[in-house]
Amino acid sequence: MKFTLEWLQDHLDTDASVDEISTTLTTVGLEVESVENQGKALSAFVTAHIVSAEQHPNADKLRVCKVDAGTGELIDVVCGAPNARTGLKTVFAFPGTYIPGKDMTIGKGNIRGQVSNGMLCSNAELELSNDHDGIIELPADAPIGVKFVDYAEINGVVFDISITPNRGDATGVYGVARDLAAFGLGTLKTTDMSPVASTGPSPIAALPQQFSADEPKAIRKFAGRYIKGIKNGPSPAWLQQRLRAVGLRPINTIVDITNLVSLGWGRPLHAYDADKLNGQPVLRNARNEAFDALDNKIYTLDETMTVIADDTGPLCLGGIMGGIRSGVTDETTNVFMECASWDPELIARTGRKTGIVSDARYRLERNVDPALTEPGLELATRLVLELCGGEPMQPAISGEDVFANTVVEFPLSEVKRLTGLEVEPMVATAILSRLGFQLSGKPEAFTVKVPSWRPDVTQKADLVEEVMRMVGVDNVPLEPLPRLSHVAQRMLTSIQNRRRIARRSLAARGLDEAVTWSFISHDEATRFGGGSEGLQLANAIASDMTDMRPSLLPGLLAAARRNANRGTADLALFEVGQVFLSDAPDGQHTYATGIRTGTAKLDGSGRHWSGKAEAVGVFDAKADLAAVLDALGYDIDKVQLFAEPAPWSHPGRGGRVAQGPKTLAWFGELHPAWAAELDIQGPVAAFELDLDALPEPRKKATKTKPALDLSALMPLSRDFAFVVDKAITAGAILKAARGADKALIKDVNVFDVFEGSHVGEGKKSVAIEVTIQPTDKTLTEEDIDKISAAVIAAVTKTSGGVLRT
Amino acid sequence: MSLENQIDTLRAELSAAIAAAGDEAALDAVRVAALGKKGSVSALLASLGAMAPEERKSAGPAINGLKVEIAGLIEAKSTELKSAALDARLKAETVDITLPLQSAPTARGRIHPISQTIDEITAIFSDMGFSIAEGPDIETDYFNFTALNFPEGHPAREMHDTFFMKTGADGVKKVLRTHTSPVQMRVMQKTNEKPAANYITPAMDPPIRVVMPGRTYRNDSDQTHTPMFHQVEGLVIDKSSHIGQLRWVLEEFLKAYFEVPNVTLRFRPSFFPFTEPSMEVDVQCDRSGSEVKIGEGSDWLEILGCGMVHPNVIRNAGLDPDVYQGFAWGMGIDRIAMLKYGMPDLRAFFDADQRWLDHYGFRPLDLPTLFGGLSS
Repeated sequence: MKFTLEWLQDHLDTDASVDEISTTLTTVGLEVESVENQGKALSAFVTAHIVSAEQHPNADKLRVCKVDAGTGELIDVVCGAPNARTGLKTVFAFPGTYIPGKDMTIGKGNIRGQVSNGMLCSNAELELSNDHDGIIELPADAPIGVKFVDYAEINGVVFDISITPNRGDATGVYGVARDLAAFGLGTLKTTDMSPVASTGPSPIAALPQQFSADEPKAIRKFAGRYIKGIKNGPSPAWLQQRLRAVGLRPINTIVDITNLVSLGWGRPLHAYDADKLNGQPVLRNARNEAFDALDNKIYTLDETMTVIADDTGPLCLGGIMGGIRSGVTDETTNVFMECASWDPELIARTGRKTGIVSDARYRLERNVDPALTEPGLELATRLVLELCGGEPMQPAISGEDVFANTVVEFPLSEVKRLTGLEVEPMVATAILSRLGFQLSGKPEAFTVKVPSWRPDVTQKADLVEEVMRMVGVDNVPLEPLPRLSHVAQRMLTSIQNRRRIARRSLAARGLDEAVTWSFISHDEATRFGGGSEGLQLANAIASDMTDMRPSLLPGLLAAARRNANRGTADLALFEVGQVFLSDAPDGQHTYATGIRTGTAKLDGSGRHWSGKAEAVGVFDAKADLAAVLDALGYDIDKVQLFAEPAPWSHPGRGGRVAQGPKTLAWFGELHPAWAAELDIQGPVAAFELDLDALPEPRKKATKTKPALDLSALMPLSRDFAFVVDKAITAGAILKAARGADKALIKDVNVFDVFEGSHVGEGKKSVAIEVTIQPTDKTLTEEDIDKISAAVIAAVTKTSGGVLRT
Repeated sequence: MSLENQIDTLRAELSAAIAAAGDEAALDAVRVAALGKKGSVSALLASLGAMAPEERKSAGPAINGLKVEIAGLIEAKSTELKSAALDARLKAETVDITLPLQSAPTARGRIHPISQTIDEITAIFSDMGFSIAEGPDIETDYFNFTALNFPEGHPAREMHDTFFMKTGADGVKKVLRTHTSPVQMRVMQKTNEKPAANYITPAMDPPIRVVMPGRTYRNDSDQTHTPMFHQVEGLVIDKSSHIGQLRWVLEEFLKAYFEVPNVTLRFRPSFFPFTEPSMEVDVQCDRSGSEVKIGEGSDWLEILGCGMVHPNVIRNAGLDPDVYQGFAWGMGIDRIAMLKYGMPDLRAFFDADQRWLDHYGFRPLDLPTLFGGLSS
């Protein structure tokens, strides 16, 4: 919210400096976003005269202007504003001037072949208002070549503060002044809001509130007043000045008065041209009606929205925005002023539904002091009489205000309990009283009556905040948090540790960690097994961010595509992050997923003098997976490995890792058809590991490792080669060989695999090395022959193959 | 020919042959021809037996002298040949050691700044006796808002730019959590004693000290806002914790995190539905240069929000706010990472551009610890 120093001084008797005021505002919780001396910031802008404006030869929407800025020569300026016309007096920026609304410095230039030395400016470009419909229009008698700020008397200090949603009371300058006075920065000035004598009965009766009991009813009290015979027109310079300084466009005196009261006291008003009303206005809910609002847009109103309507239809969307039909103009002579109190929740709901952002809605959905409904109308009446003359009729009032009348039992010890700060009862009492709270009783058990403008204060903690913000949080002394144990206990759970270890071990294998969006496109989600209704966003921000990801692969593959487009075809990337298998809490799993593309193998990518660049393949993915599993304490040779490809993988180059019924991981080469459809170049080796599916490590009584049994006897090895069907897996052969003598066979490894005509069509040769570790005695040739026979028997039985001799 | 002449001739012949031997094999042939069983020197030695004792007396030492001499020459030549062979081999084996290596995997793989920052935060708070708590990203409206004292229709609710989920199979209204605060309620509320999933931290009894990092979502996008971002929340619940301790915890954390001896903080009263009193915290810094320097200068930078847990929230958790109290705070992980490490644009965090990851990422073994220093 913006206000000027002199506006604040209307409500606060203070000699505090701008700096003091600014610091205090922030201290009490009205955060200062900026303090601006407008005269200084805009001092480079001058008044100027468009001597001629002609169509730009090369651009429909541009005009080439000759501008007299008082320098004695005409300046060429290209301008795109629709109102840049011959004869207009406006505001000009010389080259080198900083334009605050555009955050740029204007230079000398050439726009589509025409010289342009400077800029004709709009209000928005000067940050005087949001009005960027065209350049500023000054009266025809404005002087040329003088400082615009001098001409327009823009010399105020403007504060811009941000108001938290609980502080409806601070949405007016008066409320801000009350906080500053409570802090001790001056004395609050009160305004005369006493009733103004009426000259006759109201031509408009109190507005009937036509609602059935089960309808939402936004209106509480409606106070209206008919003022006869006013003279409207531009408001006085001081009022225009004040509104302009805070970014509002002066319209006419009546409208400017409503804005003055809204911004000054946080009390929104509305004014109707009484002669444009058709019959007695009433309060009712809308009935799917079209409404022509003052922002020149047409809204369709529904039955949850309260309107002020006459026989023709809605005049005003209650508490939000007036309508064009009954708008007050310079010609208005009879005006009906409205000051009403509304249900904040229903105003907020209507505001959200219609999307209308207005000063009235902003205040009314944050609570406006219900005690100000009638006084607000009296204040408005006074201002109208003072500035426009006229005769006030009797107020027309219907409905009742709603007061919270909150009383809080407040032992002062609460301040110490929640903040650690010791506050003298005298100090606390003074602070709360100046804020409008009424205290009775002793400090050990104050009874506090909350003022009508602070419905946000409902309990003890709220009062602690009131005291603390006036003392200043920075005055609360620091105190160490006592330790619960002197040496920290284990902080991470096993799943938290797994993620950390997975990340570090994959990075140590040369993969970069990516963090990609949790949401992907619906097509990608469906392709990778997701896309169900419960995992779709109802209000996605973009069409490629609509569904929660069922896999990390789509994000990584999209990253691979982007990197390839930037020239990085060899990419090693992983992510450890959440995937969503369902919208239930247990549908969220953490996966560790990695991809390698092009030639991004463990030892490096691209061509190298030491060897040729080989494409990544399924075994690169398997090796990455095995490394993570190992880092997590699981041996890939001891879990179940199935030659079952993932849906995304090459049918002959992918596998599944499981433990019991649980699938732990997939690995493989991306299916060439998928790669083509996803627009991914070249080979991709990928794995995905479900960290949540890994069984919890067994809890052990001690951390002692099993005893180490070091044999004194030499291990020995024997080689065997088997010719088997191509479909027989090495895994099956290894398993059979290992099982042949569990006591003595320590390890089995495959050292050669080949196919060829000499081993037979559809066959392959698999050569294994069996390592035998004698345990208690040296083995005789006979013993070894026995083991060999067992190995051959086991493998040939499992594989249906034969020993190659 | 006299024996003397014979010896001289033999010596001359053998010396020449030894000198001419080009390799070990040639030298060995000479040795066999001279000293072998049928060698010339051996034959001479054998002739001693047929000599008269007088003759033998002078011939013996002479012939033996020849044998020793020839053996010595052969030995010397052998050493020379070996040395030459080694020299030749070494010369042949010489390589260009300036040829470039393939980089080590650890020199290529990098940890994302968000993971690194979470590890840094974890290191600091674990030292202060906090544990890490987690909850789901897809949250119920209840845990994200209602339980945290966001009244229905309150502007504060609207300010969150919430992503809503379409209604799924269970018919429960769900949102993508807009902050990590729902985890607070899960940590406190008994209904979460046996959570539906392993990763969700079960409810605890006070005293509670947890930090809650995680992904959060808001329907917003520009240079400093992305629809997905990361927050870390902290919660202390016991019977005595107050704002003085909250200030201490935050100051200690920020000093440790930014690795500076001092920070100056400014606490501004503010509003969050789930804390009362509520505050926003600015950190004093120097923004005059291209980098933000924490711990010096005269500018203020908003860094986090905090407050005493709202009595209504404590009540919603099933605890008595007149007995239990505590504080909570929340801050953007991405934001404090940007402040510490100087990334200019938040959107790049989620783009997975290899060049960005290699530039801003961390080495796999740069494990943040307090004993080794958070960052190298």
